[in-house]
Amino acid sequence: MAEAASGGGTVQYIQHHLTNLCAGQCDPITHKATGFWALHLDTIFFSYALAALIMVVSWRLGRSLVSDTPSGFQNFVETIVDFVAQQVRDTFPGHNPLIAPLALTIFVWVWLMNAMDLIPVDLLPVLANSIFGIEYLKAVPTTDLSATFAMALVVFALIVYYNIKIKGPVGYLKMFLFHPFGKFFVPVNIVMSIIEEIAKPLSLGLRLFGNLFAGELVFLLIALIGGTMFVTAGLLGGMFWGGLQVLLDLGWLIFHLLVITLQAFIFMVLTIVYLGMAHVEDH
Amino acid sequence: MNITVTLIFQMIAFILLIWFVNKYLWTPVNAMLEDRQKRIADGLAAAEKGKHEQELAEKHAKETLKEAKTQAAEVLAQAEKRASIVVEESKEKAQVEGDRIKASAQSEIDQEVSRAREQLRGQVAEIAVAGASKVLGREIDNKSHDKLMKDLIKQI
Repeated sequence: MAEAASGGGTVQYIQHHLTNLCAGQCDPITHKATGFWALHLDTIFFSYALAALIMVVSWRLGRSLVSDTPSGFQNFVETIVDFVAQQVRDTFPGHNPLIAPLALTIFVWVWLMNAMDLIPVDLLPVLANSIFGIEYLKAVPTTDLSATFAMALVVFALIVYYNIKIKGPVGYLKMFLFHPFGKFFVPVNIVMSIIEEIAKPLSLGLRLFGNLFAGELVFLLIALIGGTMFVTAGLLGGMFWGGLQVLLDLGWLIFHLLVITLQAFIFMVLTIVYLGMAHVEDH
Repeated sequence: MNITVTLIFQMIAFILLIWFVNKYLWTPVNAMLEDRQKRIADGLAAAEKGKHEQELAEKHAKETLKEAKTQAAEVLAQAEKRASIVVEESKEKAQVEGDRIKASAQSEIDQEVSRAREQLRGQVAEIAVAGASKVLGREIDNKSHDKLMKDLIKQI
């Protein structure tokens, strides 16, 4: 996309890369969703593809588990499973067989969706454009608020469900009325508790989205260095800036490897913690 | 950047994925891990038990060996004692037997000697008589000279 990056095209380049492939209620010029009824086909495609990958791999692995002499890939999966199980054991009070698989799903799926970030920013859009003629493509599903909030809302629904299941409807209501300041501050308590509860899915969804969106943006800016400077600085200067781009990209890539894992981990741990709080009888 | 109907699709995918991971990955892997854990624990316990049993067996073997050694020593001592007794006995027997044989031989010799002497005496008497008769030129009547003969024999 070097031609788009030239001169005043930088904003356009970034704008273009941060636009989803939209279908339905979309703006015909900017290609942004204008209402709720707009499908982000790229988000759906990549997240579904990665989910399918998880399904295929887990289905195949689950059928060929070896107890005595586990092979390389099984060892790898066992390590992840054990790691997640350990997190659940450490932070989750009581027993709920759904929590650990939920946490595992979140960790693996979010990590894979985040890992789309590591693919060179221009590669997939250029391929999609040249092969399928697709104009817009945002390859990282977690840079789409719809994807992060979908998970956050499912977790939120589980939080509410288990709160009501464990504490009972009355107990849950009492939590809103008498928490955190006791029975003399009921109106304040209600406001505080509602904010606290709403903040859970909001922070889950926004944190993941924000981190990945920002990371993607930095990748785009780094990608701009070589192309832009090549135009203005001539051949030798262009080579210098190109080298700088490669160096910076490598640095940010390595750092991002940490970030995507950390974000997947945080989403998972917070889910466990929130659901753990829902399982505690009394605050 | 707004939330769109994509959200619904993502939620459906998420719920399906949780269900799938739970059913086809988490449950079998966890069951396998638990099974392995149990088997390792069992194996370690069995090893511990085996070690204990081995120790017991070793102790038992040592005791048996010690017992056998004492028994063997006892048997050996007894056998030695018995052997010495037997030797002693046979010595005595041999002594007695030897003595007896010596005595019988002695008496036989004596007997033989006296018999020989008797014979010799008779023969000498005969020879004497024969000599005398030759000297006298006539036969000495045995009967008439019987007394004389007997005296002669006795003198020899």
